[in-house]
Amino acid sequence: MLGEGMLKGLAETAKNFAGSFVSKGRLTTVQYPEQRIAPIENTRDFPFLIFDGDDAMAGLRCVACQICEKECPPKCIYITKSADKKPDYVGKAQFYPTRFDIDISVCMSCQICVEVCPFEAIKMDTEFELSTTDRFGGLLLDREQLAKSNEYYNTIHPTEAAEVDARLAEEKAKTEAKAKAAAEAAAAKAASAAAASTAAAIEAPKTKELGV
Amino acid sequence: MTATAFKSYRPPIIEADGDGEVLEVAMGPHHPSTHGVFRMDVALDGERVIRLKPVFGYLHRNHEKIAEKGSYLASMPYTDRLDYFCSLTNNWAYALAVEKLAGLEVPERAEYIRVITAELTRIQNHASAIGFLMQEMGASGTPLMYAFREREKILDLFEELTGSRMMCNYMRFGGCRSELPTGWLEKVKVIVAGFPAFIDEIEALLTSNEILMARAQGVGVLTPELAVNAGITGPMLRAAGVNYDIRKVDHYGIYDRFTFRVPLGDHGDIYDRYMIRVLEMRESIGILEQAIRDIPAGPIMDPKSKIRGFRPKVGEAYGRIEAPKGELGFYLISDGTSNPYRYRVRPPSLINLTVLEDMCLGQNVADVVLIFGSVDIVLGEVDR
Repeated sequence: MLGEGMLKGLAETAKNFAGSFVSKGRLTTVQYPEQRIAPIENTRDFPFLIFDGDDAMAGLRCVACQICEKECPPKCIYITKSADKKPDYVGKAQFYPTRFDIDISVCMSCQICVEVCPFEAIKMDTEFELSTTDRFGGLLLDREQLAKSNEYYNTIHPTEAAEVDARLAEEKAKTEAKAKAAAEAAAAKAASAAAASTAAAIEAPKTKELGV
Repeated sequence: MTATAFKSYRPPIIEADGDGEVLEVAMGPHHPSTHGVFRMDVALDGERVIRLKPVFGYLHRNHEKIAEKGSYLASMPYTDRLDYFCSLTNNWAYALAVEKLAGLEVPERAEYIRVITAELTRIQNHASAIGFLMQEMGASGTPLMYAFREREKILDLFEELTGSRMMCNYMRFGGCRSELPTGWLEKVKVIVAGFPAFIDEIEALLTSNEILMARAQGVGVLTPELAVNAGITGPMLRAAGVNYDIRKVDHYGIYDRFTFRVPLGDHGDIYDRYMIRVLEMRESIGILEQAIRDIPAGPIMDPKSKIRGFRPKVGEAYGRIEAPKGELGFYLISDGTSNPYRYRVRPPSLINLTVLEDMCLGQNVADVVLIFGSVDIVLGEVDR
């Protein structure tokens, strides 16, 4: 037993030392930034706002409900609601944020804002090279800086974005079907009212004849 | 009952020899062996410790008060930062407490996912603990780098599953946040198949190493009686010889479905605490293989669970699990609003630190560092 344990240990170390030159699995690091690891779908760094269509501000999905502002654990989101409304992604008139600020020096990348958002308006970005010499203002992002297109979202989180798009399309179709049914009901009601009006007009002359 | 039954416990008093001065040394708070911001006030007679006072609180961040201010869901990412080596077990303990409060049930697939992620967490925690202990012994980081190499694989799995390596924020009340990515379970299977070779490597390097045995055997002994009376849990308790594992005692989750043994130590010294962690890693591999084999398809979230407007009914609940360091429990009182009236964490690291003086008295100051390292604490959890 004298020294055998240490010799065994040294043999293990020597094996690892030799293995460092040949075994690929032992090299866990990459030469960043020249080499980079493949992006991971679930990666979450800092939030961004999704817009539909071409105009970022007009297409923002955010309706300034302020749920993410309230639920954010470190309170890094600041929202001001608009006084007027614009159509949202299903055509419904909704408020929008006149200010939407996220302080990413406070943000802890927990994605609670993504989970509590009822409108699929805020998602987690995978961009992490955000260094700036302006430590305070440079890390306070406003809505113009936060806004990114749905196409961008589809490139960084393809599986998740496909599910969200399918759900929103289904919701939009449901809303349109409901609007169409409402329009048909209104038309039927108008026709019924017209018929009743015609009947009343037919009865009126009799009264006049009797009077005369 | 007599008055002596209520007498507070005090460690034994060791008198200094008359031939020298008592030297008071502060080890820490900035010291490479204190595992973070921690301080020990040590009184030495020569090299022999005659008094030791742990001082902590440097990393206090108002975790519990912040949790009482925020909503239940907003506290989940903060639990990642308690024991930042074991974020998924932290998530599980908190979710367990809230599920008891709100009456939620976890689907079967989510239970299997929790077991898989918790046992992976246990393996990487124990590997790191052994690596750090050897580093404190002067092993120049070699076992630590071997341990971190395996840990890197597990953290890669966590990143693919949850989007973050260490701040996982994955469990939810009533299940898990998201489904397993395509192919993730196959990767787990491959990595788990490689663990026995890693543990064999660690054992070849360390278990019969004469230096480790000379420095660890008979040092820092914790008696079973003191361990039980102090509320010690986890590998610390089982190394002292007490057969108590919350996975078997509480039957939480689905651990009853798995065949695994609870390793026990004989002497309660540093070597036993090292050995317990090695054996527990082997048992975790067995649990993982069974869970990966048996995991069913199905939903991962209780349909009754809701993300917005979550208000558990008035009541109180205590959820606890066998975290890698011991019993991690969350005690919550709900007053029916969206945030808890009281939120309290029972941190295993802090409780296990309370017997540090008892283990160190009479030992050499060089052994204090080893004893402290074998306790395996994380200051984020101690100070909260």
